[in-house]
Parts: sequence; structure tokens; C-alpha cells
Amino acid sequence: MFPAAFDYAAPATLAEALSVLKQRGDDAKVMAGGQSLIPLLKLRFAQPALVLDIGRLPGLAGVKRDNGHLTIGALTRHVDLERDTELGKTFSILPEAAHWIADPLVRNRGTMAGSVCHADPSGDWGSVILALNAELVAQSSAGERMIKAADFFKGPFATTLRPDEIVTAIRIAVSSAASGGSYQKLERKVSDFATVAVAVQVEMDGRKVARAGIGLTAVGETNIKAVAAEKVLAGQEPTDEVIAEAARQAAAAAEPKDDIRGTAAYKKDVVRVFVQRGLKAAIGRAQGGKA
Amino acid sequence: MSSTAHLHGGIGDSIKRKEDGRFLRGKGNYIDDITLPGMLHMAILRSPHAHARIKSIDTAAAGAKPGVIAVVTGELMAQHKLAWMPTLSGDTQAVLATDKVRFQGQEVAAVIAETKYQAEDARDAIVVEYDILPAVISPDGAKATGAPLIRDEKEGQKDNHIYHWESGDKGTTQAAFAKAAKVVRLHTFYPRCHPAPMETCGCVADVNPGTGKATIYMTSQAPHAIRTVFALVTGLPEQNIRVVSPDLGGGFGNKVPVYPGYVVATAASLLIGRPVKWIEDRSENLISTGFARDYHMTGDLAVDKDGKMLALRVHLDSDNGAFFSDAQPSKFKAGLFHIVTGSYDIPTAHITADGYYTNKAPGGVAYRCSFRVTEASYLIERLVTNAAIELGIDQAEFRMKNFIQPEQMPYHSATGWVYDSGDYPKAMNVALEQLGYDEMRKDVEARRKKGEVTGIGIASFTEVVGAGHGADFDIIGLRMFDSAELRVHPTGKAMLRMGTKSQGQGHETTFAQIVAEELGIPAMDVAVEEGDTDTAPYGLGTYASRSTPVAGAATAMVSRKLRDKARKIASHLLEAAEEDLEWERGKFYVKGSPDRAKTIQEIAFAAYTNLPEGMEAGLEGVHYYDPPNMTYPFGTYAVMVDVDKGTGQVKVRRMVAVDDCGVRINPMVVEGQIHGGLAEGFAIAFMQLITFDDDGNCIGSNFIDYLLPTAWETPKFETGETVSPSPHHPLGAKGVGESPTVGSPAAYVNAVIDALSPYGITNIDMPVTSDKVWAALRSKGVTE
Repeated sequence: MFPAAFDYAAPATLAEALSVLKQRGDDAKVMAGGQSLIPLLKLRFAQPALVLDIGRLPGLAGVKRDNGHLTIGALTRHVDLERDTELGKTFSILPEAAHWIADPLVRNRGTMAGSVCHADPSGDWGSVILALNAELVAQSSAGERMIKAADFFKGPFATTLRPDEIVTAIRIAVSSAASGGSYQKLERKVSDFATVAVAVQVEMDGRKVARAGIGLTAVGETNIKAVAAEKVLAGQEPTDEVIAEAARQAAAAAEPKDDIRGTAAYKKDVVRVFVQRGLKAAIGRAQGGKA
Repeated sequence: MSSTAHLHGGIGDSIKRKEDGRFLRGKGNYIDDITLPGMLHMAILRSPHAHARIKSIDTAAAGAKPGVIAVVTGELMAQHKLAWMPTLSGDTQAVLATDKVRFQGQEVAAVIAETKYQAEDARDAIVVEYDILPAVISPDGAKATGAPLIRDEKEGQKDNHIYHWESGDKGTTQAAFAKAAKVVRLHTFYPRCHPAPMETCGCVADVNPGTGKATIYMTSQAPHAIRTVFALVTGLPEQNIRVVSPDLGGGFGNKVPVYPGYVVATAASLLIGRPVKWIEDRSENLISTGFARDYHMTGDLAVDKDGKMLALRVHLDSDNGAFFSDAQPSKFKAGLFHIVTGSYDIPTAHITADGYYTNKAPGGVAYRCSFRVTEASYLIERLVTNAAIELGIDQAEFRMKNFIQPEQMPYHSATGWVYDSGDYPKAMNVALEQLGYDEMRKDVEARRKKGEVTGIGIASFTEVVGAGHGADFDIIGLRMFDSAELRVHPTGKAMLRMGTKSQGQGHETTFAQIVAEELGIPAMDVAVEEGDTDTAPYGLGTYASRSTPVAGAATAMVSRKLRDKARKIASHLLEAAEEDLEWERGKFYVKGSPDRAKTIQEIAFAAYTNLPEGMEAGLEGVHYYDPPNMTYPFGTYAVMVDVDKGTGQVKVRRMVAVDDCGVRINPMVVEGQIHGGLAEGFAIAFMQLITFDDDGNCIGSNFIDYLLPTAWETPKFETGETVSPSPHHPLGAKGVGESPTVGSPAAYVNAVIDALSPYGITNIDMPVTSDKVWAALRSKGVTE
């Protein structure tokens, strides 16, 4: 439990950090809250030559609203989202999912963007940003680009972020439609990774579902966007039959493996159960006027 | 509790724990807090394979790394005849592998370096070439034709069988089964779990090159026995070995055995002439040190037409890992498993047990358990619930009908135990009343009608603890007495030293309270010291709930010895005949004249200043207590669970635990022990598993895979008590630390099985995880 030797840099500005990455991005790991990276260093599973600590960079923490977008800064901690009462009114899935992450110690230090960039298929935020159709703001010395959540995850612990880039924010479009969300998670104990979790976000058009977003956690090589299930719901009145069909489609999209947390068949069925429960909860919130 | 009782702290007073001040302030002194001048650090290289022949070990690159003082291999240890060491069960165990590795995580080499970082860097540079062999990961695999021979180095060892052991009477049991109206069978696997103390194992070995004295600071629950083992293994004279167990961060049986790391660190210190520290990390602790259980059990219960139990037959296969190193009394190969008839008046029983070598870590320690009592209690309590369900009798009623009755005490069991005392129907009634059993049964029925999956489980366990009388109980020949040495200073304050070793049980408080009760010195004035073999009297240590039954009895006896001397001094001081003196806690007074009195403090002063003619000075003594019998704590636990049909998750709605551990010395400490054990029992029942893939890779080697419950998942405990004093213990106490881990797993699982019984589900082996419950429900067509 003693890491191999590494260099450590903690630049004072984003520009400086981006310039370090430009030089050494290939053998560096960017650290925000450190809640995933430090355990990997201690186990010597990760042995980067350089740890670039962005934890003290100014201006990257906090949630902002402008131009119809919610912008979550890269250094916004899980706990900040968990306790944001304004968010609870508009995007209740954010505080709800935050509450399910690990334990209070991890939530106090870990960041949403850091967790997304870590790209653990068992990570909770990946499913949430897929359900919300969020975008990631990626910066490098060369400039800024937007990456859609659906285009971000490449494989376990692998993303389309380039070695010279840092994700500086996560951006979510704010809908004027009645909307609601839910995060359902099965874990064996507090601070465990999900056995299965499901993120659901719906926008309603009267009695019909205008748009549904469904993200699946811990049932594949990456967090999975259950596109077929989303399509089942779009434009439909969410009857028990429609919900059950969407749940079946979501289960079919899951590609879990047998492991200590359960068999693949078990996890697929829990996806089905959670999509049903999640949709009912999300639709209820949208129709009750509570996101 | 009156304020004076608080100050005095006699038996029955819930005084605050004396030791907690330093722990709460972060001022405890654990192994890793110990730093000696010139101290080096050791890291152990472990086998990545479960079974492999070692072709070569190349240490050149490691030896050349910065800060490295030495790289130790099995070859070097063999030159000092230390490549192998004896186990506590009469087998041998590799210290550092020379020929083969026999489990994943086995010790292969060690690096000694100036810093821990340097030691770990160099460890990664050792190159070992292996020839991988097929792994054996279960008793069935060990028995299979053509199974690889794990212990090929043992002369005469032709297969993987370790022992065959029997208890009870085969003939009468067969005859009883022939007459049975019904036979109920349960095959169950009590999986491998791990004590996982918060503090891992480690040591600081300091062999002084000037004096040759070896001081070993060590995480040991049994420092005196360890010193003797070290003397026998190394040939060092025993007076030149000092084992010190400082504060221990939990043990639960994990810190009873001698581990290779202790031996290598000591040898390294001897060879280098500097102190060497070795501290396990979490994974090393989980994959290589003493595990618990791993018992495959089949029980048959014969019942007559009226629901009376006639006979019990049990066969078990024990998976002992690569070396038979169970820490248990030498006469009993399957520990005290033959307590398996439990709380029931079963006329005859027959038990057979076979132990097998596998390519898994050795150990077989009694994790919060008196040597395999947990396995026994689990089997009988699960079997009894299944029998009640199969017979269509209420679980509680079936138990009530078959309990050993209080008037049968002392009760001679079919397997040879003599139960000292107990009132099982009473404990059951208290538990049922506390739960509101009849109402809760109705509630269960009503919920089931609505489609809910819910149930109630009961376990009425009986333990056998306090090992034990010397004629039957020994570890490597050392009789299982224990000791207390009490020294009263001139000012009336006292020092109590004992052969036991607290790992968090609260000995510094509980044993001071025994002195307070028996000799009248307030508990706050009695310092309790354990764990330093240079100063404490010899004892067998703390495990198997034996401290209060054995060392607690020794404390009472030595206090009484001193009280007898105090009476003589009081007689001299008061100028009254000894038989005219009355004892009241803390003083002697002349019968009929309570004002003519001498306090124990005045008497203590006189013991050094004003003695009767011819009396030896001082007020001190030592007592070695050999218990006449074991003690038999018992209780009834009742659990209610709700099952989520969609996910298979089980939620414990209520948990009522009624314990009878005889007289409670500090009820708060007892209550704390019960809460802790119920939480550990919950974890074993629902969460914990050390398992292996087909190649023998250990799954459960960290706290992501091996789960410890937090306050969030742990249910609320509703405790209760009855008191049946032990008739042979000087204070009537029985020991309690392990009752909740012994009794609760069956209660939790019985509740789940009761909930699933309407669907015809009769067993799920522990841990009862949500995926197993889901699979059982779906197999019966139950879904959401």
C-alpha cells in the first residue's frame, strides 16, 4: 500500500496546467479529488510518472445557470450537488445520484467531472450524464471543444478525451417541459460500487413522454445509454405495458458479466426492475411538478 | 446506579471503560506506533499462484536497489533450519517457500530495507520462475481421483486427507434413525470468512546483538504461548525471548497463530543486528492469515411422530487450506464441533469429520468463536427450523418441545459434554415476548396475503466456552489454565497482571471490577496489565470466550487469597480474633461493632509497615486457575426480515437478542460485546465471503470484495437477558464475547428461509446475498 515513485505538480492556473499536459500528457494522470486515483496508486495498479493536481485551480468549482444551460464546474464535489436544494427542484436526479456515491468521506472530496473522466463502468455519474444528454467541456492549450456524453466513453477507464485535455465543466440543457428523474441503485453496502444502477430522466408533453433518457451502470464495458428503450417511450403515453417494454429493451441492452456481485442474468433482471421503478418515479415527479 | 457504585465499580456496575480515554484521544500504542532506533522495514513477496513449483528465485536486481539491506529467501531460512515451522495442530507450515507454493499469497521471499517504500520497490524487482500446477480448491477436489498431491514434501502423505474424527455413538444413533417417523436432512456450506481486525498483523523484532535477547513486539492474542513456540522453534533460551503485545486493534482469533512474517522478521533482526518492522497491508491480512469456517456439513435429524427429537447424525468435510494450522485444543480435530446437539435433549448422536488439504490459505481460526462452535450452532439451528417447517410445527413450539429442561442440569449430552446450567425455555419466552411473537406471526400472515415476502427466524443456541480443564484441553501440550497476579501497593492501590490479552474486550475495566468486588479496592485504583511476557504471569491468552471464565476466575481467586491475608492483618490491627471479623466490601469490622473497622487501604499500608509477628511482608499473590468444567452461555435470537421480490434484497426489520451469560460483571461492556457480535454475525450471514476461482485465485482480498458492515446496513438490535449463574465459576460468570456471532447467523438465515418457505425454498447458503435470493425466487416463478 505504498505507491511507486511519481512526480507531482500542482499548477496555480489552468493555462499552466494545460501547458504541463501539453508536454507530459502521455505519462501524466490528472487528479481532482483523488478518490479513485489515490487507491490505484497505493495498490500500484496505476504508476504514472506525473500526478497533475488540479484540485486548487481557481474558478472551476460550482454550479452555474446561463443561456438555458446548467454548467457544473470540474471541481464541483459530489457533496455540493448532493446538498444543492435549488438543483433538487429542477434536476432532482443530480442530488439523488450524488447521495448514492460511495460514502460521505468520498463525497466530500471527490468530483463529478473527475469521476466521469475516470470512466469506471461502475461509476454512477456516467449513467446520469447519458440520461441527461449532457456535454463535456474539454480544454487544451489549443482551445476548447464540446464532447457529447454519448461520444465520451470508449471502454473501461478509457474516454475520447485527449492526453493534453482537461474537462473543465459538464453542461446540461435546461428543458422548459415538465421533467423528472430518478436514480435507482443496488449496492451491497455503503461505499460499494453498484451491482446495478439505472438513471432515468423524462420530459413530458401532457400525458405523453416527449423524451426519455436512460443510462445503465455496471452492466457493460462502459456506462450504457439504453437507446432502444428510450425510443419505446418517445411520444407514447407511459402505460404499464409501454413501461414494461422499455424495461425489457433496457435489460436487453445491458451486457453484464458474472462476478462476485451476481450473475449476468441477475443483473439484467435488476435493470428491468429498476427501469420500471425509475420510470414510474420520474414520471410521477414530472407530473407532480417536482423534477 | 448510585454515585458511590460508580466510583467503586464492583460486579454489576456499568462503569465507563478505563482504557477508552487513551483510545479516544488517539494515544493507543499499536504495533505500527512502535519505532526503535535503527529500525529497518520488511516487505514480503507473496505467491501469485495457488499451486506452483518454484524453478528459480533471482534476487540480484532487488538486492542492488537503494536502501536494501538483505533479501531473504527460503533457502537462507533453510540454512538456519527455519524454512518450516510447526503449527498449533501438529502439522508443519512453510515460513518461506523452498519447493512449491501451495496457496495464493504464500510467503516466498522478504526484503529488508531502510524504508518501507524502498522495501516495496525492491520486492517488485525479485524475479521468481514458477511451473504452474493444477489447484485444489475444495474438499471434493481434494478427494477426487488423480487430484494433485499438495503436501508432497510430507513423508507418508499419499493423498490430501488430513484427519478423520468421530464423536458420539454410531450404533445407538443408527438404531434411533431406524425407528424415526421422520428424518430431516440439511446439507449446508458454512463459507470461508475472515476475522478482518481493523489492525492487521505485524511485529517489530529487536534482537539485541549485545545481550542476545530477542524482544518481539507482536500482534498476539496469546503472547506467552508464542514465546514458548519461539523458544522451541529457534532454540533460543526462553528467558532471552520477550514477547510484548501492545494495544491490539481487534483480533477475533486472527491474532492467535504464529505467522511466517514474525519468524522472518525475527531471523532478519538476529542476522542483521538491527530491529526489523513488518506490518501487513489489508490484502496480505485477508489472503494469508487465519481464516475461519469453510465447513461442508450434512445433518440428519430423526424425529418421532410427536415431534420429539430422537437422534442427530452429522458428517462434515473441513477445508483446512495448505497447512493444518487450526488454532485449537490438540485433542479435538474439529474443535468443539460436537456441541452440535445444542440446546436440545437429543438422546443419541454421531458425528464424523474429515479434514482436507487444499490450495488455499491455512488458518482455521475460531473467528469470534470457541473452536468451531459457530459451525455447530449454525447447523443445528438451521436444521431445527427446517424440521419445524417440514413437520408443519411452529419453529418456537418445536424448540420448546425439545429443549433440555432446567431440572435436567447438569446435563450430560450425547457427545459427552456436561452442561453446567441453563434455562432455555425461559430465554426463549423472554425473546418471544420482547418480539411480540404471536402478533408478529399474524402480521407476517397478513403481509403475505398482500403478496409480500416476509418471515421470522429463531435461533436458540448453546455455546461451550472457557477452555478449559487441563486434563482435556491443551494447546501444543500447554494446559489451558490462566493466571492472575495481584500486587497491592502500600497506599492501597493495586496492579493486576494477567496471562490473557485484551484486543478491545475491556479487560482493564472488567478485571479491575472483579478485584473491586472481591478485595474492595475501587476499580479505578486497580491497574491491569497484560501482554508483556517479562512481567505478566504465564497464561494461554484471550480467545474462545475464555478470559472471564478462566482468567476472571483466577482474578477472583487471587483476590480472595489476599483477602484471607488481609483478614489476618485486620485481626492484628483491630486486636480481635479472625473469626470475629466481618467482611464488607472494602473493609473488615468487628462483629457487632461496625465502628471498629479497618479498610483494605489501611490494611495494605499495614502489610508494609505494621505486620503481625512472623508474617511475611507485602500483600500480593498469584493464582493459576484450572477450570473444573466449561461454561455454557446460551440465548434465543429472533429476527424479522422483508424480502424485495424485484431485487432479492433482504432487509432486517427487527432483531431481538436475549443472552444468558451468567453473572454480568460490567453490563455495559457485555452489551457492547453483544452489539459487536450481532453486527459481525449479520455480516457473515449476508455479506462476507472469501472464495476462490478454479485456478485458486482468492476473491475477497480487499475491502471492496470482502465487506464490513457499517452503521448504515447494520440492523437495530433489541437486547434482553436472563441470568443463570455458572455453578462452578467463582463469580457465576460464563463468557459472552462470542455468543452473538455464534447464535445470530442462523437466526438471520432462518428468517429468510421462513420468508421463502411458502414457495418451497428450504435453503440458501451464506452469505445470503440478493442475487442468491433472487435466483431462488425466480426458480419458483416469483417476480416483480
